[in-house]
Amino acid sequence: MALTRAANRKAPQKSSALSFFQQPIHPGSAISATDFSVPDVRRILETADSLENQNPFRRAERLAKRRVALLFYESSTRTRTSFELAAKALGADTTLVSSLSSSIEKGESLKDTGITLKALGAECIILRSPYSGGPYLLARATGLPVLNAGDGMAEHPSQALLDLRTMVQFLKVPAKAISDKALRGVTVSIVGDILHSRVARSNALLLPRLGARVILCGPPALLPETAACMTPGLILSRDFDEALRASTIVMMLRIQAERLAGLSIDLDDYRARYQANADRIAAQAPKALIMHPGPIIRGMEITAEVADSQQSGIAQQVHNGVAIRMALLVRALGEQKKGARR
Amino acid sequence: MTKPILVRNGRLIDPASNTDAPRDLLVRDGKVAAIEPPGKIKAAGAEVIEMRGLVIAPGLVDIHVHLREPGQSYKETIATGTAAAAAGGFTTVCAMPNTTPVNDTPEITRWMQSPDRGAAIRVLPIAAATIDSRGETLTNYAALKEAGAIAVTDDGRPILGDAIMLEALRAATDHGLPVIQHAEDTRLTGGCSMNAGALAFRLGLRGMPVEAESGLVERDIDLVHQVPNAHLHVAHLSTKKALDAVRAARKAGLHVTCEVTPHHFALTEDRIGHYDTNAKMNPPLRGESDRQAMIEGLLDGTIDAIATDHAPHAAHEKEQEFDRAPNGITGLETALGLAIRILHLEHKMPLAKVLALLTTRPAQSLGLKGVGGLTVGAPADLVLFDPAQKWIFQAADSKSKSKNTPFDNWDLNGRVHITIAEGRVVYRSA
Repeated sequence: MALTRAANRKAPQKSSALSFFQQPIHPGSAISATDFSVPDVRRILETADSLENQNPFRRAERLAKRRVALLFYESSTRTRTSFELAAKALGADTTLVSSLSSSIEKGESLKDTGITLKALGAECIILRSPYSGGPYLLARATGLPVLNAGDGMAEHPSQALLDLRTMVQFLKVPAKAISDKALRGVTVSIVGDILHSRVARSNALLLPRLGARVILCGPPALLPETAACMTPGLILSRDFDEALRASTIVMMLRIQAERLAGLSIDLDDYRARYQANADRIAAQAPKALIMHPGPIIRGMEITAEVADSQQSGIAQQVHNGVAIRMALLVRALGEQKKGARR
Repeated sequence: MTKPILVRNGRLIDPASNTDAPRDLLVRDGKVAAIEPPGKIKAAGAEVIEMRGLVIAPGLVDIHVHLREPGQSYKETIATGTAAAAAGGFTTVCAMPNTTPVNDTPEITRWMQSPDRGAAIRVLPIAAATIDSRGETLTNYAALKEAGAIAVTDDGRPILGDAIMLEALRAATDHGLPVIQHAEDTRLTGGCSMNAGALAFRLGLRGMPVEAESGLVERDIDLVHQVPNAHLHVAHLSTKKALDAVRAARKAGLHVTCEVTPHHFALTEDRIGHYDTNAKMNPPLRGESDRQAMIEGLLDGTIDAIATDHAPHAAHEKEQEFDRAPNGITGLETALGLAIRILHLEHKMPLAKVLALLTTRPAQSLGLKGVGGLTVGAPADLVLFDPAQKWIFQAADSKSKSKNTPFDNWDLNGRVHITIAEGRVVYRSA
């Protein structure tokens, strides 16, 4: 036999078979805050407004009898309830699968659980996972639109959008005015346990693209220097009072005891430096909107007086969850049922 | 006896003898029978392989592979792993001991080398340095060496205790064995699944700091100072900081060698993308400055060897959440193509030097005798390849049982056409 030189051979052909990690993600998915372009963000907020104002009976025709599965591997009050209410308000059928009452307990993988839900007719899956990146795996395994209801320490994009809706309501910026300059001149401080917070990451990835200045504020153990390298437009601060003075909006975060992984925090010192209490807010940021994604630990990162004050946007954030999640479901599933589905 | 093979009109590159010249080579009875200028060898009845100027090189030597037998044959077997090795041009592989059970006895060491395993090429076992790789009690180095082990390591479960590492270095030195360390201070890497830094923060994954690697390398070098003639080999080095420590140790006259994987000079942590577990391994992919440092270390000679850390895993294990998926990627079939593409074509390393990093130097770095060179009378271990041929690696076509590679669909340079191990053709490209 003879070997031949490269030049004599045909150029090799690329194969079209895609391996698991090359599978496409359904474009209706919402996995990261970076999945939304600025026009997408505008449309989602506009859709949220129009759905919220629509006649409930007409609204219930939008996704009538469409099948939405909620797959929750972690406990949740706000996110789960508001996704469920949102799906039901649009007329969709929902089913909840949680880790404590399903085959997940028997060791079924996320991939297999997703394939099972798809075979049962799910057209969209809302996933909360304790593992960063879980939604990408589910989206690849099923080909369905996946809405990320929080994955590990990574992202919580629907929370960032409902936070944004709360902010623009406070700032009196209409949804149709959302642009890359909509939040110019606005400073948002995100304060506390940034390291373990998927809410912080999604907000930090979203807000600078709308023109906001974002200050990340917390102690080194909960806010490493590398955090500011995540995306352009982030400022790192260790001084809460200074951050407050600069802030139009302040977002407080809970210390996530369940994710500390051996890290020990001096809680008295933490309260002294980073707690949002009445005296501090009155002195440094008397006009700022105070936000918190919940659950709040009263007396820890925020006092009852501040959480319940006129400045607090916490209840409004929860309220906005339903409208935003309706908009994400419509975006994922479209208006019309396309063809027969299993 | 198999028919003699005459390999004709090749460009023979043998780094061991500093040869790069047109040659014919005759294989007979499993040995290299003759090496002569073209046309000089007459061998009636031999199978003739006409090279038309393509390269004849010593069979490649991989000093770091996981063949998964005994105990994890759903991932790989010695037969499938060595078939993949042959397809990659390798004729010798050194098998790590993190099998099930751990290779910590002469019985397992011998079992791995039994002809019943169906190995396509030479398998040299590396035995566990401590019983069950628990870092507590040394294994029997004399008996393991006698059974064929060529080094000791607790790869994947680094030896953290100073006293036991010192004991291992002393005992290994007494028996003329290198101690291979997977340099990772696991006290700093609990729950971590990638390199520490901005990307880990962005992805919400816990990161392994560079210091977890360099710190243990520095500690080990301190211990080598205390044991005359000790030989420490640092497995899959991945950081500039650890490389600098090795460089300094060498300057100080210590016998410290190291290897780097193709993925650590080809990829950075950016390859993880959206949590692709085929970019998850340990040590993790690092940043660009560390990747460049690996290339520099290869160019300046500080790094002794390219080793693949071939680590097959089943699809169901890799198709999991990033934190849950096991570490490791396959690498035997892509090593030569990546080395030629990146080191030879992009960084202008002479081809003979690239081949030295895959043959003579890894053999020397672990003191392997009779492999990695081409001399008359030695076992006929050869790879015949076209260094100019571009090809596309398809994971689906891999000979390995597992397909967990980050290089699927990659353009590679340098295609293996035939691999001959101890005189037998063990791979022939389609």
